[in-house]
Amino acid sequence: MIEVKNIVKKFGAFAALDHVDLKVANGELLALLGPSGSGKTTLLRIIAGLDWPDAGEVSFDGENALAHGASERHVGFVFQHYALFRHMTVFENVAFGLRVQPRAVRKDEAAIRARVKELLDLVQLDWLSSRYPSQLSGGQRQRIALARALAIEPRILLLDEPFGALDAKVRKELRQWLRSLHHEINVTSIFVTHDQEEALEVANRVVVMDKGRIVQIGTPGDVYDNPATAFVHSFIGESIVLPVEVRDGCVRLGGKPLNIAADGVSSGPSKLFVRRHDMAIGPAGSGAFEGAVRHVRTFGPIQRAEVALSAGEGTTVIEIDAPRDRELQPGDIVSLHPRRYRIFAGQD
Amino acid sequence: MGLTLTWLSVIILIPLAGLFLKSFELSLDQFWGILTSRRTLNALKISFGLAFAAAIVNLVMGMIIVWALVRYRFPGRRIFDAIVDIPFALPTAVAGVALTSLFAQKGWLGAPLAELGIKVAFTPLGIFIAMIFIGIPFVVRTVQPVLIDLDAEIEEAAASLGANRWHTVSKVILPSLIPALLTGFALAFARAVGEYGSVIFIAGNLPNVSEIAPLLIVIRLSEFRYADATAIAVVMLVASFLIIFAVNRLQRWAQTRTPAY
Repeated sequence: MIEVKNIVKKFGAFAALDHVDLKVANGELLALLGPSGSGKTTLLRIIAGLDWPDAGEVSFDGENALAHGASERHVGFVFQHYALFRHMTVFENVAFGLRVQPRAVRKDEAAIRARVKELLDLVQLDWLSSRYPSQLSGGQRQRIALARALAIEPRILLLDEPFGALDAKVRKELRQWLRSLHHEINVTSIFVTHDQEEALEVANRVVVMDKGRIVQIGTPGDVYDNPATAFVHSFIGESIVLPVEVRDGCVRLGGKPLNIAADGVSSGPSKLFVRRHDMAIGPAGSGAFEGAVRHVRTFGPIQRAEVALSAGEGTTVIEIDAPRDRELQPGDIVSLHPRRYRIFAGQD
Repeated sequence: MGLTLTWLSVIILIPLAGLFLKSFELSLDQFWGILTSRRTLNALKISFGLAFAAAIVNLVMGMIIVWALVRYRFPGRRIFDAIVDIPFALPTAVAGVALTSLFAQKGWLGAPLAELGIKVAFTPLGIFIAMIFIGIPFVVRTVQPVLIDLDAEIEEAAASLGANRWHTVSKVILPSLIPALLTGFALAFARAVGEYGSVIFIAGNLPNVSEIAPLLIVIRLSEFRYADATAIAVVMLVASFLIIFAVNRLQRWAQTRTPAY
């Protein structure tokens, strides 16, 4: 188990990590998700021993990891830009970790060859073993980088935006591949990403970070369906956000009361979050909002409509996703009602 | 294209061809005689031998200087960085006079060294020091940009794979710098072989002891023994060609092993 306790890391006056606690169970595939500057990469580098915290503890299976540098921690690290050794063949890149082991535990040449072959088979790139990194595509480079990191049989595998430099299609393939690879070798893995889709699709558990703090930890379903804060709701999945005011248990938009419960949010300016597909369309007068359809685009099973809400003094334009059982036309007056919604106090 | 070739011909090829033609005025025996005379052989030996030794020193020291300039932040770093260029910019004669007065028996460095029994000025050691002086920027300036471009991530990758500092430097960093180091070495060597201005002041110019080949060429010219001069020049030219060729091969070899991304 990896345990991070009360980690603080400052770069000048900027707090990259602000009292972070995290426990990672053995065999987990964990995603650190957050916008850039949220501290996720810094946390990963501190676990790897590539950065040092100003305060706090890091332990692997109860053993203090901060007593050791990166080279003694047995941590596999995969970089966003691969960081392969350009002057070495693919084979030598993968073999590097085995060749630099202390003489006492170093494998003999035949064993090294067998191990590298096994790893190249694992990443399905055996046929590239005598090439140089410059002769490979981005996706291949990243798989070689992964094989190289696995060569030392790391106790944890850390991946820093592993698919960030790849194009969308390759990225999608590699996501599935990484998940099945993890299933196969079951090494405790943490990967950093700013792509919520990637985190939700690959990880068993997602850690959402913002401004140097962990704001929510949960399964992908959890963080999507039950976001802990307004930030998580807007960062994960697309949402309709409306500035509302809660007064005496009544939710108002532009001064006009909406026919929805305040869910115990205390009085004051708040934000109402609704997923696009959670807005139900009904006949006029039946829902919380009234609005005029402005524009409709249809693709696949849904139609995406722009609706101008008539809310008190101003109008607000929102986008909703509706099933295609009832065709919408520009100019239609519709009533919208949120099937699920969340209200968070505060306006920021 | 045409302009390039014409320009290269006028500036480089025609003078070189002239040099070869001039040396054809000599019979093979005469040519051989000039080259194998004791004074010529010693001059060539001094020039090439000391230049080679100086280039090796520059290779090592240049690498250390580059490392400090690129990897460390210290007060005055920019000033030191600029100082590296001084041997480039300084007129060689000025450098020669400066070095000579510094290392002369009453000079700032010469006096303490003399007490230790080491004579620098007017000995081969002086030539050696002058050659180091003029060669150092070549190594620094060719290796520096390559080391700057070298991604810090590859060192972190090596560390995370369990490499200690020595392995990281010897297996990852140095191999990446080899093409640049070879180029810097060759440039420093070539410059030292042909160096005249800064060397002759400090050399003492004793025939067979501290007389460099370029100086011998000048001496022969002043004696109106033009053919002798060109014979020595041709040898230096051929040797330079061979060095450039060898370095090119080495670089090609190193580059096929490390193609840029």
